[in-house]
Amino acid sequence: MSDLTVPALPTVRERPLDPPDEVARLRQQGGVHRMTYADGHVGWLVTGYSAARAVLADSRFSNRPENMHPPIPGRFAAGKELRERGFQTPPGFFLRTDPPEHTRYRKLLTGQFTVRRMKLLEPRIEEITASALDALEAAGPPADLVQDFALPIPSLVICELLGVPYEDRARFQDDSKILVNLETGAEEAIAAIGRVFAYLHDLIGRKREHPADDLISGLIEGGELKDDELAGVSFLLLVAGHETTANMLALGTYTLLTNPGQLAVMRGDPGAVENAVEELLRYLTIVHLGPIRTAIEDVEIDGHLVRAGESVTLHLPAANRDPDRFPGGDTLDLTRPAGGHLSFGHGIHQCLGQQLARVEMRIAYPALLRRLPGLRLAVPPEEVPMRSDMSIYGVHRLPVTW
Amino acid sequence: MRINADTSVCIGAGMCALTVPKVFDQSEEDGTVVLLQKEPPAELDEAVRRAVNLCPSGAISIA
Repeated sequence: MSDLTVPALPTVRERPLDPPDEVARLRQQGGVHRMTYADGHVGWLVTGYSAARAVLADSRFSNRPENMHPPIPGRFAAGKELRERGFQTPPGFFLRTDPPEHTRYRKLLTGQFTVRRMKLLEPRIEEITASALDALEAAGPPADLVQDFALPIPSLVICELLGVPYEDRARFQDDSKILVNLETGAEEAIAAIGRVFAYLHDLIGRKREHPADDLISGLIEGGELKDDELAGVSFLLLVAGHETTANMLALGTYTLLTNPGQLAVMRGDPGAVENAVEELLRYLTIVHLGPIRTAIEDVEIDGHLVRAGESVTLHLPAANRDPDRFPGGDTLDLTRPAGGHLSFGHGIHQCLGQQLARVEMRIAYPALLRRLPGLRLAVPPEEVPMRSDMSIYGVHRLPVTW
Repeated sequence: MRINADTSVCIGAGMCALTVPKVFDQSEEDGTVVLLQKEPPAELDEAVRRAVNLCPSGAISIA
């Protein structure tokens, strides 16, 4: 346990796949630390696995943005500025709500993302993956694995699931990128949100006229949600479906291509894939700068009294490498039991789409390695641009050849 | 081992159904936990404990 207040959230990585050394050093001292936030608030930084899990499972912590202090300047602080100017989180953006509001939205959706439903999508995801591989082969070698493989697969899958025409992707992909960029200011964020919502309202109107067999039509038909709520829910699912699996696929491939021993494990045994996906999720923890929760009453965590109103930043990459939970956690070992990692979160907000993400990754990684046995980076690893500037970590581009 | 499931707490993450499909399923309607066996055979004890530990919302417990 350290008595000193961490002056600011460390964000600079010394090595692309490891959390900042300073965060690892803090974790050695203890799982819970005082930390100064970008707005001067003195809150907390959690680096330990058990403390992070405890906070995420505790209903005395709120996920509502108006309760939250920004741990770093930029987009988080812009969010605070927006709220101070009266901008409200769109209704239906239930990630940032608490029960009972959260429960109402989540219950409408969970039936659509069950393990069984996601398994039924496997044949279609295999087809989509095969087409993406055809396109990748046609584009290169060399080619950018992000543009020709990692992004199109989850993008097309979530579009089909929601009933968003894939041809329309230009109308939300760039804005989605703006919204996960940590440098995005208040004005830019308002404009991007405005454009995506205008698109979604238009789409919902069209679906009301011509319903189809898809998730948005189903929600309309259910009649529980108003149009602005439908737009908020669709927005959340669309952005979450794009920015997450895409980055896992590209960053995971980078990781395997720079770890030949582990690549051999992945190639060698089809039975190893399920656990390998969990280990890549744990080791890479692409939600690298949060989540953040705020105490709504005094709570004791690991012997520390977190007072009502204080924000807590959960450092998931550090927690997922806590040696008390994952011995030797700084090493990628595709055969270690990696279940129980916090990469999809924990508690009531744990990722709704996690079973979809698992199916996508379990299909896409092996298919890529089978189709292109000679796959390798087309540039030295240090020249691959990392997404340190985005709220979801990954690679901006991944030049590969085969 | 006897399992209890609380659907009012369940958030439908599906970790139980993924981990021990012989014991846990999810409702077609709202994705919440469906217990296929309340008292599964002892050889499933370890897997059930793992599922309880993985459950994000504390909806399943063992007695």
